[in-house]
Amino acid sequence: MAPLLEMRDVHKRYPGVHALKGISFALSEGEVHALVGENGAGKSTLVKTLAGVVAPDEGEILIRGGRVRWSGPGDAIRAGVGIIHQELSLAPHLTVAENVYLGREPMRGPFVDRRRLYDDAARLIDGFGVRIDPRRRAGALSPGEQQLAEIAKAISQDISILAMDEPTSSLSARETERLFRVIAELRGSGVGIIYISHHLEEVFSLADRISVMRDGEMVGGGHAADLTPEAVVSMMVGRHVEALYPRSFGEPGEVLLEVRGLSRGGALRDVSFTLRAGEILGVAGLVGSGRTEMARCLVGLDPFEGGEILAGGTPFRPRNPADALRRGLVLVPEDRKRQGLFLNRTIRDNVVAMRLLHGLRRGPFTDRGAATALSESFVHRLGVRCRGVLDQVLSLSGGNQQKVAIAKGLAVSPGVLVLDEPTRGVDVGAKAEIHRIMDELAAQGMGILMISSDLPEVIGMSDSVLVFRDGCCVARFPRGGAPGEMSERIMTAATGGDARD
Amino acid sequence: MTDVKRLLIALRDRGWAGALLLAAVAGTLAALDPAIVSPGNLANVLAQSAIVGVCAVGMTFVLLSGGIDLSVGAVLALSGAVGAWACKEPGLPVLASWGVAVLAGLACGLASGSLVAFARIPPFMATLAMMAAARGCTLLLTRGYPISGLPQAFYTPGWASIAGVPVSGLVFLGAACVAWVLLQRAPFGVRLRAMGDNPETARLAGLSATRMTLSVYAISGAMAGVAGVLMVGRLWSAQPNVGTGLELDVIAAVVLGGASLFGGVGGVGGTVAGVMIMGFLDNGLRMLAVSSYVQQSVKGVVFVGAVMLDLAVKGYYRRGRSRDS
Repeated sequence: MAPLLEMRDVHKRYPGVHALKGISFALSEGEVHALVGENGAGKSTLVKTLAGVVAPDEGEILIRGGRVRWSGPGDAIRAGVGIIHQELSLAPHLTVAENVYLGREPMRGPFVDRRRLYDDAARLIDGFGVRIDPRRRAGALSPGEQQLAEIAKAISQDISILAMDEPTSSLSARETERLFRVIAELRGSGVGIIYISHHLEEVFSLADRISVMRDGEMVGGGHAADLTPEAVVSMMVGRHVEALYPRSFGEPGEVLLEVRGLSRGGALRDVSFTLRAGEILGVAGLVGSGRTEMARCLVGLDPFEGGEILAGGTPFRPRNPADALRRGLVLVPEDRKRQGLFLNRTIRDNVVAMRLLHGLRRGPFTDRGAATALSESFVHRLGVRCRGVLDQVLSLSGGNQQKVAIAKGLAVSPGVLVLDEPTRGVDVGAKAEIHRIMDELAAQGMGILMISSDLPEVIGMSDSVLVFRDGCCVARFPRGGAPGEMSERIMTAATGGDARD
Repeated sequence: MTDVKRLLIALRDRGWAGALLLAAVAGTLAALDPAIVSPGNLANVLAQSAIVGVCAVGMTFVLLSGGIDLSVGAVLALSGAVGAWACKEPGLPVLASWGVAVLAGLACGLASGSLVAFARIPPFMATLAMMAAARGCTLLLTRGYPISGLPQAFYTPGWASIAGVPVSGLVFLGAACVAWVLLQRAPFGVRLRAMGDNPETARLAGLSATRMTLSVYAISGAMAGVAGVLMVGRLWSAQPNVGTGLELDVIAAVVLGGASLFGGVGGVGGTVAGVMIMGFLDNGLRMLAVSSYVQQSVKGVVFVGAVMLDLAVKGYYRRGRSRDS
């Protein structure tokens, strides 16, 4: 019998990039086939050819043995291919239900049957065991809820193939579990699933088969049972990765930052902690637990009503990020594309963006020579892979973009660096490099506050872990103990004990 | 949920800020001179707003799609001139001439739409070009002189009333009703808002941006054509220079009604409110014998106030709302 989906020798060339170099790929009914590889390996491009978003230059796509040629995403949808794209792609001003059924609205005569639209959407979302009002505007949802809406949108169609590109990147642990249940149901009903993820734990717990891509080629793979994570990683990077969590723990120095009883509306309640020089403080918690709120208050993006912040022993109340900067506090925000970088500008312009607030001047003008030299030194130090500092940031891979975002913060020589999700959507190789950089910075006496949803990262990199829940800092765990035990303690604290509902 | 909260949400989601402002403007003017809200004057306001209103209904579609149409004033003039010419030179019947006028507007809209959809020219530039081209064609066609002396029936929609209600106003409100149904009840409306809101989403959902883009500019052009017929009726002639600068009034009215210049947000209800606010201001200030110089300045102040009100209702002034919470 012909497989559900077969891609044969698919090529895609962009100007200057051979993105897919003869990819062959097969998917059977009721199978979860994981696709892994570093960013830029071509996974998303492959999914886009399947979705009809980009047309392959060569090769063919067969569904149940029949060759298909799509002129646009609509054709793929009609053929039963559902895609959850990597970038969240809801229309923010439409309601959740309007988003879910966009282009396939239930009709009554020439008009949209609004009652059925909302009833169907409510039933679909209830199936996830979450509460999202289908009449809410999509833009008002949290990133996790948006991702669930996105998933609802994909499976609301009559699909036989579902491709998921990093579906868990904004989900909490509990939401991820629910997604896995949905995946199990779909697989049981014969849907073939292509699952793209950087989280190898997820891949190994879900997938029947794993295929590894690198530089636009399929470099290996097989049945999940025959593979080990180490083998997959070395296939992904094509070289040996040094430890993913390189950390030379030293003795922390003096207190750089002290937060006492920080409160803001219902979002932050009586948060206290201290950060010392040379320390990496991990901040764990579910999305919405107040982690990002806390970071925003620290650097003056949001005002706070109660409590105080002491930097170097003296209290201060930052009114804006420039204030915080003067006291040596810098935030590298979670969403690098929207908050962290000027995507259309060059690496140099990004690196010096904050630094230009003070310095790099020659008289009334920017000292371009010094700006170039500074950004070149950071490119070298952080190992940003690019042709030069005049490359557009947009042209870099996710990992290299993140390094530039970090360089932008480092350029002002802060004493305290607040990193919000420093390795989200970054491939394994770049992740290890970012961790190496963090370790170096700590060794040089910087204090780092690292907010992360990646538990192994939090456990591997932190001297201590703060756990947030409902706006409170509910626990502080010092380093030590087995990683499995540690992650269980963190999850229990983060969820209030019902992590395994 | 409290009633107040529900009201605020309705204000935000349904563009009722425009209605609120309309009530405020009309109320203030009525307090200053009760004659402003007499039935006779209300009919006046409606008639005077109709031309901007008809164009604004079309513009609502364009703004929702994330585009802009700067050509409506010039297309209005061209359509009126083409209709008048068709009635006078080949001597088409009045009804057919009106049809020709609307078709001329539609054709201009399709041309702008093609520039945007196929040649990928930004809407601002494409319609700016259309504005210049349409004005030029009008001058060519009329040789710079007004076309007058048409059969009286041609002018009727511009000035006549039925039971005290101006026909032009009925045309405006009728167009608004059709547009409301299209935008709020037909799938076209949801898809259009989706496209303006997030073009990538629309594309991935398999929607054709080309078709929708063509449609919105065609609608805007056709509405400018209808307005052109009304304008000829009001002036009893097709003037080659009529409608200069009208596009800005039209866009202002739609934005006053809560539409976003960046697409995806807005609605016909808001647009009607926006048009009537402009109409009341023009009419009321004139009735109050405010000098025309001051009138302009008052309008500027009201615009700023309206946009600030809209932003306040949408919560833009609440500081520091983070996604994480």
